[in-house]
Amino acid sequence: MQKYSGFGLLKHALSHHENWQRVWRNPQPKKKYDVIIVGGGGHGLATAYYLAKEHGITNVAVLEKGYLGGGNTARNTTIVRSNYLWDEAAHLYEHAMKLWEGLSQDLNYNVMFSQRGVLNLGHTLQDMRDIERRVNANRLNGIDGEVLDAKQVQEIVPIMDCSENTRYPVMGASWQPRAGVARHDAVAWGFARAADALGVDLIQQCEVIDILTEDGAAIGVETKQHGVIKADRIGCVTAGNSGVMAKMAGFKLPLESHPLQALVSEPIKPILDTVVMSNHVHGYVSQSDKGDLVIGAGIDGYNGYGQRGSYPTIEHTVQAIVELFPMFSRVRMNRQWGGIVDTCPDACPIISDTPVENLFFNCGWGTGGFKATPGSGHVFAATLARGEAHELAKPFSMFRFHDGSLIDEHGAAGVAH
Amino acid sequence: MTQKNRLKTGGRIERGKPMKFSYNGRSYQGFEGDTLAAALLANGVDIVGRSFKYSRPRGIVAAGAEEPNAVLQLGATEATQVPNVRATQQELFDGLVAHATNGWPNAELDLMSYVGKVGGRMMPPGFYYKTFMYPQSLWETYEKFIRKAAGLGRSPLENDPDTYDHLNQHADVMIVGGGPAGLAAALQAARSGARVILADEQQEFGGALLHSKEQIDGRPATEWVTKVVEELRGYDNVLLLPRSTVNGYHDHNFLTIHERRTDHIADKAPANISRQRMHRVRAKWVVLATGAHERPLVFGNNDVPGCMLASAVSTYINRYAVVPGNELVLMTTNDHAYHCALDWANAGRKVVAIVDTRANPDGELVQRAKQQGLKVITGSAVIEVQGSKRVSGVSVAPISADGSRVTGSVERLSCDTVASSGGWSPAVHLSCHTGSRPEWRDDIIGFVPGKTVQKQLTAGALNGSYSLQACLEEGTKAGIDAAANAGFGDSAADVKAPQANAHREGKAMPLFHVPHTKPTSRAPKQFVDYQNDVTAAGIELATREGFESIEHVKRYTAMGFGTDQGKLGNINGMAIAAKSLNQTIPETGTTIFRPNYTPITFGAIAGRHCGELFDPKRYTPMHKWHLEQGAKFEDVGLWKRPWYFPKAGESMQEALNRECRATRESVGILDASTLGKIDIQGKDAREFLGRVYSNAWAKLAVGKCRYGLMCGEDGMVFDDGVTSCLAENHFIMTTTTGGAARVLEWLELYHQTEWPELEVYFNTVTDQWATMTISGPNSRKLLSELTDDIDLDRDTFKFMDWREGTVAGVPARVFRISFTGELSFEINVQANYGLHVWEKLFEQGEKYNITPYGTETMHILRAEKGFIIAGQDTDGSVHPYDLGMGWCVSNQKPFSFIGKRGMAREDCVKPNRKQLVGLKTKDPQKVIPEGSQAVNDPQQPLPMTMLGHVTSSYYSACLGHSIAMGFVRGGHDRMGETVYYPQADGSVIEAEICSPIFLDPKGERQNV
Repeated sequence: MQKYSGFGLLKHALSHHENWQRVWRNPQPKKKYDVIIVGGGGHGLATAYYLAKEHGITNVAVLEKGYLGGGNTARNTTIVRSNYLWDEAAHLYEHAMKLWEGLSQDLNYNVMFSQRGVLNLGHTLQDMRDIERRVNANRLNGIDGEVLDAKQVQEIVPIMDCSENTRYPVMGASWQPRAGVARHDAVAWGFARAADALGVDLIQQCEVIDILTEDGAAIGVETKQHGVIKADRIGCVTAGNSGVMAKMAGFKLPLESHPLQALVSEPIKPILDTVVMSNHVHGYVSQSDKGDLVIGAGIDGYNGYGQRGSYPTIEHTVQAIVELFPMFSRVRMNRQWGGIVDTCPDACPIISDTPVENLFFNCGWGTGGFKATPGSGHVFAATLARGEAHELAKPFSMFRFHDGSLIDEHGAAGVAH
Repeated sequence: MTQKNRLKTGGRIERGKPMKFSYNGRSYQGFEGDTLAAALLANGVDIVGRSFKYSRPRGIVAAGAEEPNAVLQLGATEATQVPNVRATQQELFDGLVAHATNGWPNAELDLMSYVGKVGGRMMPPGFYYKTFMYPQSLWETYEKFIRKAAGLGRSPLENDPDTYDHLNQHADVMIVGGGPAGLAAALQAARSGARVILADEQQEFGGALLHSKEQIDGRPATEWVTKVVEELRGYDNVLLLPRSTVNGYHDHNFLTIHERRTDHIADKAPANISRQRMHRVRAKWVVLATGAHERPLVFGNNDVPGCMLASAVSTYINRYAVVPGNELVLMTTNDHAYHCALDWANAGRKVVAIVDTRANPDGELVQRAKQQGLKVITGSAVIEVQGSKRVSGVSVAPISADGSRVTGSVERLSCDTVASSGGWSPAVHLSCHTGSRPEWRDDIIGFVPGKTVQKQLTAGALNGSYSLQACLEEGTKAGIDAAANAGFGDSAADVKAPQANAHREGKAMPLFHVPHTKPTSRAPKQFVDYQNDVTAAGIELATREGFESIEHVKRYTAMGFGTDQGKLGNINGMAIAAKSLNQTIPETGTTIFRPNYTPITFGAIAGRHCGELFDPKRYTPMHKWHLEQGAKFEDVGLWKRPWYFPKAGESMQEALNRECRATRESVGILDASTLGKIDIQGKDAREFLGRVYSNAWAKLAVGKCRYGLMCGEDGMVFDDGVTSCLAENHFIMTTTTGGAARVLEWLELYHQTEWPELEVYFNTVTDQWATMTISGPNSRKLLSELTDDIDLDRDTFKFMDWREGTVAGVPARVFRISFTGELSFEINVQANYGLHVWEKLFEQGEKYNITPYGTETMHILRAEKGFIIAGQDTDGSVHPYDLGMGWCVSNQKPFSFIGKRGMAREDCVKPNRKQLVGLKTKDPQKVIPEGSQAVNDPQQPLPMTMLGHVTSSYYSACLGHSIAMGFVRGGHDRMGETVYYPQADGSVIEAEICSPIFLDPKGERQNV
């Protein structure tokens, strides 16, 4: 792999950038792999990378029906945080956070992880109780976090309306300084480049149309473009289509697929340094290094696979942003888009073996999968390598819905994902 | 400064109405009818900004929505600043104040351009992914500098003084675009009697006809426009919306139109007029007549001010009487652009040459140009521009027939303006918003709308039908068909479209990227996307590095990420990527078109739903009284509930202590009107209750009340409340304040989807009743003084009974239920009588020192009794047994109930679950903060093993010590044991696990 550096950039500038290597190969698939990862998004690519790097398993293919990183990795609002309530979730996301904090160097690719902090606002007494509860849990779990009052929030975000004159005045917030944002596309590309360098075959434009089984065990996949490709183990990391994939393998997942939307303003001069999230008024916003306000909307109530959502959801989100930042009223929205999120009833992911032997799923990240990308890939790689769940992944078995050991971030955390 | 580029005559401007404006602090003059861009060009302003990455000077390129450079900051005052206004779309008004958004110290003299010149070579696409990584700790320092370069305009720093509103519209035929095709369509649809909306982004209808010299039915085209618009104005069934951009096309023919009502008058809206309005339209049929955008050609230094679109040059000359230069070189791949040179020559300025990339152009316009003596250089291209702040000349060279390479020697021409045209790209944006993908057509060298499931027709240049006659014919037909499809008029009617003068056009050449004598990587920068400084070399580099999907190319180079969303450059970029990948343009495909077509003010999207009106406020009938008493309020759901009633000089805790004591010692009163009330009727009502509540309902007699717990399918508690039997088939259910809507939806969901066979009806009656709870030992005495027809005897009107009668002369339902553990009556009266009865209670209750209390005292009083609050002591992860409320689960019900199976799962029946217990602090005055987490060993290193959290915690004045409820793992079996609550400040609070019932464990007080 050609190493990237400022010096390299200078060298290439002198040769008019004509000699840059390809970031990844474009290989023809082999007949058989040790492991096939279905889905070339951030989580799938991270899984492939850590399989190769941590477990020495390099005879791996990532099969992607479109282009690498083109699903929810390409459409999220890039927020990274680990201030989850329940121990199981907190440990998983904190594991991811620690990987984020060195990821650019590990991948030799600048994923622009910027720890500019995340505020989760509270607007009611119950919000504040929930914030106290969560921050206390974070603290005792070794995760950074503070409870701020309205005045402290105002100091961090002077342009936010923290006055008493709003419909739901800001009463305070939780503050995680280590949280922040990353450049979403770069995460997929960085993992892809590093995985490719370790020998992983990244096969784009290769859609899996069936999962082949023999005696209750998965033995390979059938693809639209390249026929049958066999594998000893298969990992499905196909956010937005996990239910469809499970159906191919003959079982159901406790998932619903919903559209989730986001939008950006036109680029404006830097004015917002941190990430502001409000579950109560339903909006969250940060400002990218290009100057766009990056704004996340809520999910639409209906199920669907179209990567677009309903206009009232956009309206409601923009109302929330104008409510929090009345001065943004005259700023203009440039573009909106949608992705499909697979949501579990408890708003926690599934990282799990399945009723089909040798077939594993990593899905159900709902509205908050981006932040987990390296952690998710890391524990899923271990799960695939060993054939049993990584310690941090164990609580996220799909069978928790049978035995009732849910990790209900939905009801409890009171946090937008 | 004089308007040096303004022609003496012509144009659609009002020369009698001069307007002053300022740009970068200097004063200029234009005319009414100008856009800001036209006025700037009239005054000879070349530089309107600096580019994002290289700080190169940039000028006006286009005349409409595709303009990438003239993106200015507008606004005379801080509060009325508008960032990123496209000067080509901003109408000039008197007093307009504009600034360039980039450049230091200013756009004219930008010192950053030296950095751009020197450092530019270090900044290929994706350079930031390749550097700034080491050392790890420095990234955020690097980022501060990167961020300094971010953004175009700036946000105002004061709140918006203007308002915005929404209008919902229904149309039979919605026509987007008021050019020839749209007008022709509107005319036919309007005549059919259909409800028609015609929207166009410009201030006047006519589209390209406004700068055209063509004729319709033998008269100048603009006369036809005037006639059509006049006729349309006469129809009641037609809504004409100029200055209105259809910015989004959503599923099921839902469209949003952004109408700018006052932006042409001033930067602040006049009093009592909304600045902008969003029309939310549901249309039976939609006719898209959105036209096409001209494509510039991509050649060396094509961003030097003075490089413009050919059609934009014509627009400025014909519509605004502005010639944006003196000496023109036109480069074209097609006949249409010859209009530009002809218009230039007619304006009396010099056409240096027409450089036609085709070897043998022979259309009528080519002939006309030659006849007028204009120099036409064929089979050649402008490969490079000279000049920095303004074009000073061009290099022209012969090129191969396929446009791939330079084939001969380079000739220099001197000029100050370079117009280019690579043909047209239909404005397919809206047609793609609902998921349709555009289709490439080789014959028109462009993408046209693809298949759609919407009830949508398309007409005119959008279809690649570029001749005026075709636009008129397609528009006429689309108008008739859309109306007929919507049930109006006759689709078979033989209507003749207006006739345009036709001229024969030769075949255009598919050329996007002009070759240079040097390879692209070494040639002068050839810009594709001006706003993001994306060059042809950048796109080639991206594909060389393996970014082969057009989405990868876009994301890696930032092509199309600007505020023009690639209207000007994207097709060129796709063509360059296709060539570089050795594939066709349709194989390469487009990126996805998404709303907004052009950017929309957040305020307009929010409408009136901001500030105080963000969410409706719900008040109880007694709200006025609470205000007068100086209550502090708490937001619960949409409701404003009194939180507590402080007296002068009282702290919150003092007020709570007083309210609690008064209630326990005499009588307190709570406004409980906000609790959800659902009227449930039908012969299966009782059965239904049994299925949605965890406890039994089969035997609840008329006149009785019962507390119930409601669980989700997972067995976890999500709401609770008292339901009373009004008659055999008639119940009234109460819910939590915040949960009322959710519970009603839940009941309906189950009724409609699972048990439609049950005959039961639900109706919300929350607002119909005012509810006041009097609680305390004197409550019966007080009530007895206000009713003479309800027998209040303790043995006939028992705890958990209800009675109907009169209270304070008003018909009432009185429920003897208690959330405080005291003798308690909940009086329900018709909402309009609420305040009257409330005041009567105070009149009569004065002698008992009747004391109003709010939610906080309610919380304390119930916590003293160990009663839960759903949502505070539950969180969707606890079942009734966890709460110690197994008594509220009946496993004997014949039909089962929602949650029964869920709470029986393996994990839900294990002994060591988190269970709700009472907590007594070792220091009785210390109140554990709610949300504190319990541990067994406060010395354990992080991460600690947490046992559960404190859900409710108060100082109890009646008990003289603090009380708390919370979850502790296995807590029901740990009575008397100690747990620890480590605090953020490092202190640790010790508490003993106890029963959550702190007061009157036998429940005697409520039974007196």
